[in-house]
Amino acid sequence: MLFCLEEKMVSSQIIILAIVVTSLATFVSRFMGALTSEKVSVKSKAFQWFNCVAYSTLAALLGRMIIFPAGVLADSSLIIRIVVLFICIVIFLNSKKNLVIPTILSAVLLSFFNSI
Amino acid sequence: MINPKVFIKGLKSNLGVRSPTISLGACFIALGALLKDAGFNLQQSVASSFFTYALPGQLVMAESLLIGTSLLNIFIAVWLVNFRLYPMTVSLFPLLKHKSQPKWKYYLSSHFLAVSSWLVAKEGYKKIDKKYRIDFWIGIGIGTWTTAVSMTVVGYLLADYLSKDVMIGLAIVNPVYFFCMMIGAMKNISISIAVIGGTILGPIVFLYSTEWAILYAGLIAGTIAFLFGGKNGK
Repeated sequence: MLFCLEEKMVSSQIIILAIVVTSLATFVSRFMGALTSEKVSVKSKAFQWFNCVAYSTLAALLGRMIIFPAGVLADSSLIIRIVVLFICIVIFLNSKKNLVIPTILSAVLLSFFNSI
Repeated sequence: MINPKVFIKGLKSNLGVRSPTISLGACFIALGALLKDAGFNLQQSVASSFFTYALPGQLVMAESLLIGTSLLNIFIAVWLVNFRLYPMTVSLFPLLKHKSQPKWKYYLSSHFLAVSSWLVAKEGYKKIDKKYRIDFWIGIGIGTWTTAVSMTVVGYLLADYLSKDVMIGLAIVNPVYFFCMMIGAMKNISISIAVIGGTILGPIVFLYSTEWAILYAGLIAGTIAFLFGGKNGK
């Protein structure tokens, strides 16, 4: 009993440390970005490069999230995820770029396909 | 100190048919439920969204804790997955710069930088007077950040009622929303190459290096897009 309690406290400490470490690792990139921005002019080539890298890094993350997802999404099949994504993009493009419809539909579609 | 009119305008960008609120809400509800399953208490889950506020990094943290990774490894893994925030900040903040605004506003508000707020700001900044663009950004950021933190609470409290299929449904909302937003942003050749190249390279590089995939794919596709776009005058 005492052992269990001790173990729980240790794990709680580790969770808090992990939150601190995760927050620092995240804020480093944001803060460094704010510092670099002071020296980058909107009209410079560097700004254009950063812009391209920002979009492609984001796209890389999203591509990975769909093909090799982390968390619960990994329990759905790849084909279903791609089909849902494709349907939602088509709806987005055909609904004057409405974002609410495709996003809600994506959740409904994936839950549905995954349950059958 | 902060122009209230512009600030409210920023806050209001979080409403309407182009708003990120639904997608942000859905993924942080899923995260709240996931953190509860990973053994976090409510305060810890809230603290995680409050201080980290970057979903992929929080997922990496939760998964690393479950398999018992060291804190140093968590730091490196999170830094790599959230490194995108660096080029994203540098491609947004110069647009919000103004001499009359104090630096602390930029430093503190960089915490609000996330994919959702970034895309909203990129879409709306042109309509705002240069002097007050940072206040517009703070408005957007406060809105998205508050949504994320409060929906983490909702997800945590609802965890026992969410079936696995519902959780999976919630988890797809985020990538779908961002893909749509990025396709909407593909207005010139370099951005289009960056988005398509990144989407293809991300999963391919992942096969060779799981941790460095996003960084490498982003740098390669982004540089190709920049060079190609530059050659073609855009």
